[in-house]
Amino acid sequence: MSTVETPRSPYARTKPSGTNWEKWGWMYMRASGVVLVVLIFGHLFVNMVAGEGVRGIDFAFVAGKWASPFWQVWDLLMLWLALIHGANGMRTIINDYSSSPALGKVLRFAVFASAAVLIVLGTLVIFTFDPCPSVSPEQFDLLPSFCPPQ
Amino acid sequence: MATAVAEQTAVPEVQAFTVTLIIRRFLPEVDEEARWESFDVEVYSTDRILDALHRIKWDQDGSLSFRRSCAHGICGSDAMRINGRNRLACKTLIKDLDISQPIYVEAIKGLPLEKDLIVDMEPFFAAYREVKPFLIANSEPEAGKERRQTIEDRERFDDTTKCILCAACTTSCPVFWTDGQYFGPAAIVNAHRFIFDSRDDAGDVRLDILNDKEGVWRCRTTFNCTDACPRGIQVTQAIADVKQAVLRGRA
Repeated sequence: MSTVETPRSPYARTKPSGTNWEKWGWMYMRASGVVLVVLIFGHLFVNMVAGEGVRGIDFAFVAGKWASPFWQVWDLLMLWLALIHGANGMRTIINDYSSSPALGKVLRFAVFASAAVLIVLGTLVIFTFDPCPSVSPEQFDLLPSFCPPQ
Repeated sequence: MATAVAEQTAVPEVQAFTVTLIIRRFLPEVDEEARWESFDVEVYSTDRILDALHRIKWDQDGSLSFRRSCAHGICGSDAMRINGRNRLACKTLIKDLDISQPIYVEAIKGLPLEKDLIVDMEPFFAAYREVKPFLIANSEPEAGKERRQTIEDRERFDDTTKCILCAACTTSCPVFWTDGQYFGPAAIVNAHRFIFDSRDDAGDVRLDILNDKEGVWRCRTTFNCTDACPRGIQVTQAIADVKQAVLRGRA
């Protein structure tokens, strides 16, 4: 039988400071959740089921998808919505479980900092991805086979 | 008359049986930490947990402390954690529990433990007071008349009028357990009772109070509160109603 200890902190409702984002956070979680269901299952279907299925996934497949603005926008939306959704979910878990306000602050910062790094990196990759960059002739064999000769 | 007597004698004798109660004791004068203590009690199938606690207090250990007032499920003073679930001791029949196992009884969680099954209810009532649980009406009723309300308008908040402030819901809420800052289901239920009352004019004030970092948005819909409520109030539904009202900006 689990025993939940009485919280040791004395009870005093501290007036929360700053803007209250809780309502917007709550709405964001629901709205992004609905959109993500479509985006993620669409992503899984196109990658794993349609066409050659999971065996069709290789460098050329990804390069082909990101050549199309449609999939760029699809993946960009998935990246932003999912990372912010996940980070906000982690924030609520931290709010519920962190034992001290200072620890909570550190953990929240870590979660949102890592989400921000991933969002920036992902966005950069989606828009600057070039499967056939111009290289010096001796490095040409490093490029994928479908690249036109330079 | 004769038949009535015959019927009375036909009633089978109430069975007595022995159960083990393991009670989480805490005597602040003696104990550093709370400890579990076991009691064997002879009870009847018609007895409730409260009767077993009385048997212990009256016959075995007079130091056992717990709150009870009406003992009939309406004063809300004897909420406790029985086999891990918040229940009123006066509404829980022992025969409905698994009596082949010991029955664990402890104080409700998340409020400061004072002694045995008694907790400090002040934080609970402080949150309750914050939502202004009283009628705030700007209009004057017609002279000599009451404020009238349609059956439909009364129906909107009927469920939340049943609250007896026993704290079973709030102290079953895992979000309340974390730091005690969350308003808690009971305060929101009692805000709901006035927010959706057509005679009340301060719904927006209460919605503003509950649109707080520690307000309705901390509810994770685990339904512990609904499960714990001895009055059968759909607590999680009431909280969801308040969330929707905050989003709409009106009741």
